[in-house]
Amino acid sequence: MANLSVNIGNLRLKNPVMTASGTFGYGEEFADLIDLNQLGGIIVKGTTRMPRQGNPYPRMVETPSGMLNAVGLQNKGVDYFVEHIYPRICDLDTAIIVNVSGSTIDDYVAVCERLNPLDKVAAVEINISCPNVKQGGMTFGTTCTGAQSVVSACRKAYDGTMIVKLTPNVTDVTEIARAAQEAGADALSLTNTFLGMAIDVERQTPCLSTITGGLSGPCIRPIAVRMVWQVAKAVNVPVIGLGGIMNGRDALEFILAGATAVQFGTANFVDPQATIKAIGYINDYLDRHGLDSVNQLIGALKA
Amino acid sequence: MTENKKHILDFTVRQNLRFGTNYALLKLMPACGELPPCEPGQFAQVLVPNSKNTFLRRPISICNIDRNENLLWLLVRRAGEGTAALCDLHEGETLNVMLPLGHGFTLHRDGTMLLVGGGVGVAPLFMLGKVLKEQGMQPEFLLGARTQADLLMLGHFNDLGTVHITTDDGSAGVHGVVTKHPVLTSGNMAHIACCGPMPMMRAVAALARQQGIDCEVSLENLMACGMGACLCCVEDTADAGNVCVCTEGPVFNINRLKWQI
Repeated sequence: MANLSVNIGNLRLKNPVMTASGTFGYGEEFADLIDLNQLGGIIVKGTTRMPRQGNPYPRMVETPSGMLNAVGLQNKGVDYFVEHIYPRICDLDTAIIVNVSGSTIDDYVAVCERLNPLDKVAAVEINISCPNVKQGGMTFGTTCTGAQSVVSACRKAYDGTMIVKLTPNVTDVTEIARAAQEAGADALSLTNTFLGMAIDVERQTPCLSTITGGLSGPCIRPIAVRMVWQVAKAVNVPVIGLGGIMNGRDALEFILAGATAVQFGTANFVDPQATIKAIGYINDYLDRHGLDSVNQLIGALKA
Repeated sequence: MTENKKHILDFTVRQNLRFGTNYALLKLMPACGELPPCEPGQFAQVLVPNSKNTFLRRPISICNIDRNENLLWLLVRRAGEGTAALCDLHEGETLNVMLPLGHGFTLHRDGTMLLVGGGVGVAPLFMLGKVLKEQGMQPEFLLGARTQADLLMLGHFNDLGTVHITTDDGSAGVHGVVTKHPVLTSGNMAHIACCGPMPMMRAVAALARQQGIDCEVSLENLMACGMGACLCCVEDTADAGNVCVCTEGPVFNINRLKWQI
């Protein structure tokens, strides 16, 4: 058995395989099908200061090797999370990471402050990349000053490990990555979904209620790998790679490109056991290549 | 309404009964072990093989659990590329299925229960009727379709109870839609369970509300995960706002829905 553990800032993960926010609920939904304690981490659904109903239906459409979604951060708010969900999941033997979203900087700060005292929250992931909300979200993540303002405000409100989730919908993701790092991010995760659109040609209407939505799935993977590779070279903090990872082989692409850990998102919808299978695959890969630790693969791309 | 444990199982296609070109009744046997407990109205998420342009699972109503033969029945309509690949499966092929999912129909033991189905929506009503009959009830069916050729599994339904029929073109039964049938307009039933196209379910729900009849409908909102994680399949409810059809439904009492009917 090779060493699979990796460090994200001060946070030690038992392995590099995590679940992406908004694709895995609070973990409980998958408990019949996998042993949650085997995961490196669970990043729970985007959590906001106040409850959000999200966008109207329809919110998803399948596209070639992918899907568009426009959920719009539906969640019951941070108070509900702290009072009702946290007690149910805090004893899991995996890193519980809360994705923090908001419309204003004050919203982000309020959620961070509410989460800060919780011992069993291993980290927060500041989401400055949601493409499906009218205010906040991605708008903070598309400029250096926007990213800096949110991240530095959250840094003051949260003492633990702070991951910042970046949007790919920018001209140069490395600029935003550096800005987030300078503002105090302990790690960066990328990519969130790509802004996309699909049309029902017979009805001549958009497939989503919001017209545009976020594209995920294997169709985005090569772009996400490229961005992770660029960002990993541009910053000193650990990078967490995501975007269309379906299996262990895909996860290794990101790790070789420079990611310290990975997140499985849309894959959970197709194969709820994909994460667990990938952990086995990575272990076998390390054995097969005569490696002791997954850390030897991080950024080990021969190019 | 029980919380059945979810399973992901490989099945072998034992039989593919095709009804015309648009429908297939798949009879599937678990590769190993027994079928898990399932309730009428619950559904399965089916991984589609042989379909290069799709990758999400397809939600399909559980049509029957045949315990004697250890077979799961899924009735599939050829709607797009994914369901077409399912309709074209051959005996002996393997299918990966997650089940059971969601909350099914309420099993009423008081008064007459009318099961109203349209098109491929008759699928879950077969299992519901079978379970009701096993419990000593006498389910009645009202099945609607575009034409006689679209009336599916009629023989099976006739074995369970009285079957009333409507067709849009009048080729069988009463000419018109299900809400024109006297068995429905008479209002002589305590409960309605309905599954079919959205306009049909809305019309049945409107009639039920006018007549004060308890009514449940089975929704088929577009979904990705089928297990409450992606939050894509939401339906607006009177009591809780947007809820996932895959976990809180697919069966809803019409009183929960905010349909303008």
